[in-house]
Amino acid sequence: MQWETVIGLEIHAQLSTQSKIFSASATTFGAEPNTQASLVDLGMPGTLPVLNAEAVRMACQFGLAIDAEIAERNIFARKNYFYPDLPKGYQTSQMDHPIVGKGFLDIALEDGTVKRIGITRAHLEEDAGKSLHEDFQGMSGIDLNRAGTPLLEIVSEPDIRSAKEAVAYVKAIHALVRYLGICDGNMAEGSLRCDCNVSVRPKGQAEFGTRAEIKNVNSFRFIEKAINHEVQRQIELIEDGGKVVQETRLYDPNKDQTRSMRSKEEANDYRYFPCPDLLPVVIERSFLDELRAALPELPPQKRERFENQYALSAYDASVLSASRELADYFEVVAKTCGDAKLAANWVMGELSSLLNKDNLEIDQSPVSAEQLGGMILRIKDNTISGKIAKMVFEALAAGEGATADEVIEKKGLKQVTDSGAIEKMLDEVLAANAEQVEQYRASDEAKRGKMFGFFVGQAMKASKGKANPGQVNELLKKKLEG
Amino acid sequence: MHQLTLAEIAQGLAAKQFSAEELSRSLLARIAQLDPQLNSFITVTEDLAIEQAKAADARRAAGENSPLLGAPIAHKDLFCTNGVLTSCGSKILTGFKAPYDATVVEKLGAAGTVTLGKLNMDEFAMGSANESSHYGPVKNPWDTSRVPGGSSGGSAAAVAARLLPAATGTDTGGSIRQPAALTNLTGIKPTYGRVSRWGMIAYASSLDQGGPLARTAEDCALLLGAMAGFDAKDSTSVDQPVDDYLAALAQPLAGLRIGLPKEYFGAGLDARIGEKVMAVVEELKKLGATVKDISLPNMQHAIPAYYVIAPAEASSNLSRFDGVRFGYRCENPKDLQDLYKRSREEGFGAEVKRRIMVGTYALSAGYYDAYYIKAQQIRRLIKNDFVAAFKEVDVILGPTTPNLAWKLGEKNADPVSAYLEDIYTITANLAGIPGLSMPAGFVDGLPVGVQLLGNYFQEGRLLNVAHQYQQVSDWHKQVPSGF
Amino acid sequence: MALERSEVEKIAHLARLGLNEGDIPQTTETLNSILGLIDQMQAVDTQGIEPLAHPLEATQRLRADVVTESNQRDAYQAIAPAVESGLYLVPKVIE
Repeated sequence: MQWETVIGLEIHAQLSTQSKIFSASATTFGAEPNTQASLVDLGMPGTLPVLNAEAVRMACQFGLAIDAEIAERNIFARKNYFYPDLPKGYQTSQMDHPIVGKGFLDIALEDGTVKRIGITRAHLEEDAGKSLHEDFQGMSGIDLNRAGTPLLEIVSEPDIRSAKEAVAYVKAIHALVRYLGICDGNMAEGSLRCDCNVSVRPKGQAEFGTRAEIKNVNSFRFIEKAINHEVQRQIELIEDGGKVVQETRLYDPNKDQTRSMRSKEEANDYRYFPCPDLLPVVIERSFLDELRAALPELPPQKRERFENQYALSAYDASVLSASRELADYFEVVAKTCGDAKLAANWVMGELSSLLNKDNLEIDQSPVSAEQLGGMILRIKDNTISGKIAKMVFEALAAGEGATADEVIEKKGLKQVTDSGAIEKMLDEVLAANAEQVEQYRASDEAKRGKMFGFFVGQAMKASKGKANPGQVNELLKKKLEG
Repeated sequence: MHQLTLAEIAQGLAAKQFSAEELSRSLLARIAQLDPQLNSFITVTEDLAIEQAKAADARRAAGENSPLLGAPIAHKDLFCTNGVLTSCGSKILTGFKAPYDATVVEKLGAAGTVTLGKLNMDEFAMGSANESSHYGPVKNPWDTSRVPGGSSGGSAAAVAARLLPAATGTDTGGSIRQPAALTNLTGIKPTYGRVSRWGMIAYASSLDQGGPLARTAEDCALLLGAMAGFDAKDSTSVDQPVDDYLAALAQPLAGLRIGLPKEYFGAGLDARIGEKVMAVVEELKKLGATVKDISLPNMQHAIPAYYVIAPAEASSNLSRFDGVRFGYRCENPKDLQDLYKRSREEGFGAEVKRRIMVGTYALSAGYYDAYYIKAQQIRRLIKNDFVAAFKEVDVILGPTTPNLAWKLGEKNADPVSAYLEDIYTITANLAGIPGLSMPAGFVDGLPVGVQLLGNYFQEGRLLNVAHQYQQVSDWHKQVPSGF
Repeated sequence: MALERSEVEKIAHLARLGLNEGDIPQTTETLNSILGLIDQMQAVDTQGIEPLAHPLEATQRLRADVVTESNQRDAYQAIAPAVESGLYLVPKVIE
């Protein structure tokens, strides 16, 4: 049977405010346990929450960026359950009246098409603390530093149809929150966390299958692997005559499998009700107008501009606009060298493999945008060939020169374009390979084509790659035909 | 000295007739001597009191002369006091020396009051007899076989017995006004949001409000003026200037429009209380007030709505008492669920557990609309009744309680019968309007209270009416025998 | 709506309140009498009435995003039942 995968994602983005959502404690990651837990964060009796204006502003920015309705009044509710990392015995969240309503995000797929993913809602809530499972004489330790960190929970529609699409969507959200500057996107530190609701159904069936929720998958790679694994598990289960049960599962990256969690617990009854300690939050239209006017250029607009302004393909434009830092880098390279196509090729090619190899972010690149642009300029003016450029690039990456010009000068990599010198060199090459010249001249067109490459290779080798390849081709042809 | 009101104490201290330290020492001795009969204190903070009294004397010697400088008070034991046990009358807060001061404690401290201790109360302010305290019941000084009312029963008993001139209390469904009525005191529950709730351990957040209990309206004005005001730490605190309650006291009552709601004088009211209340009305008429019969048709629905909303909020507010970060923890929990269940089972008393269960049920899936939403709709109907009434009258007057103070243990078997005692007081909490109770005489030697309800932020007017009545009556000056 | 014993047990579990086996009948009876009182609400016509969550119907004030809290761990943990290495201890949390 043909199966179709249906995925909806819940992304928790920690908002990069200075202080917590309801208290004035710091949100810095990695502090000593419980040193950033105030009376409010600890749920001390008698304490009360006061809402952080910045968290509200950030949520509104996100709402505007996904073309969502932003409710004029939104309401905080209590989600009641007992857990040691939840100090008050309830999480202050939003239920019936979230701050951000329906919106959407367009994602670029690898085949170059663009898909629209619906976003059901996004709401503000407080993060919980952490349970540390190191053994304290059979006890767990509770650190409440993270308790009260503002979260924006972004809930997608079940519009996603594959693990790859899911990753593309999470990457797009990741890029968006970073463009907006509302979340640092650091998945390793848990700043962006993802719960995946996965189900399968026979292709063509209208109703959804029973879904399982995979909790807290914390890297792009694991999202793909966890979903693929879960899809496989569900298909096998159904094909073996079993049934998928609605449950929460945990992905174990070490074993590459998901396992059931809290299965012994009965279905939760969270008893949501409006938080009586907080009043309805009113968002003024004028506030939204100001925010909208101040929004930075966002990935979709940037992608479109890149396509138009630089004549890039949709795919190239979407890759280059995926992060604000990468887009900025590309634009500096393109401006410096004056050739956007070449700039795009280099940024997506050599530069990106260099960064991948060393696991670096674009803002940690050892080759600056100005350096790369300056180098491409030398390709364009025939100072160096594309092949030599790779050597120059590596030298720049290794810090062997401040500019491409300096590297070219120091290493004597300047391209030979003097046709007299090239002719002289070609004569020597042909003389040294007289036998092959004879064969060439005796051969038909088809065979000649193959053999021509041999002479080019020998010539480039003789010039240590510095001879202008165009001129070599042209002169060599003349001499061989001659 | 123990007969002095706050206003008289202010004069005495200003005239250097006695020092704050002398006054505090005298009252501390009185507490040690008499409180064993009443059980009104959970903690007496003798050292703190002497230290604060000395500081007040020093401030006065340095030229300061504010009216509460050196005034001895005590706090209901749900106001957090830094470093002092704050028990909420519950075993579950065993050892909870609050690590901070409530805003009310801080404001009164800044005004120069001297804290003599922490006062007994119904556990988590749930009750109207002060019998649910883990620290034992409080007795009514007018008849120690009877309850003082609740939940601010310790505050009421201590002030009525002249152990101190005034105390703080809180009122979620009548917990200031009802004990004030049963012990011959004046007490006021302000408009919701007028007094900060920061540091006031929550029972039902949308209903709770702190306020004073004292022997006169004037003293209530003095104390409330220092307690009230905007607090950025409480999102429900109202950012609006506090009226000059003392200045409001002197206003003549000529032209005052009093509304008498017929629902307050119907079946269920002890007729002897009704007579006392009507006698007060007659006096107020003599002072120039006019009287109008009004109706608050939804009052009868207030008790069921209250007993959904308050327990629902309480069930959530009390989840933080889990034996993890503070307070009571059961011995040798075998696992996490055992830690929660046993700590809470052993730490909470029966009434608290009942209300948590009722609230949990009312919020649970399938019942939320029928209970919680329905109760909130009724809440709006009740508010609408008051909004309409205050278009026609300035204050609404009626009995504070349907019955006199009952015998200890009398209503323990049937919690519902005790809930019905709140009938006249809880509407003010549901609507968020201010309410005051003042002495209206005695029946069988037991005090009767009359209640005044006002429009939002009309605390000054309520205190004014009570003060003017107290100029022409002396019920409030009666002292329980033996105290 | 009268509660059954099983419902009382379920509510107690949701509220994490241990129930003494012997107390369950009494608890059930008392809760049912309270629910009887509450159920009087059902007679009230509230159609079209907007629920009232806060008496004043004010709106939320927002706090400037400024850190003013400092580390008070020692003071706050002095009143905790069990701590070690700055952590609150609880029986093992199993996920």
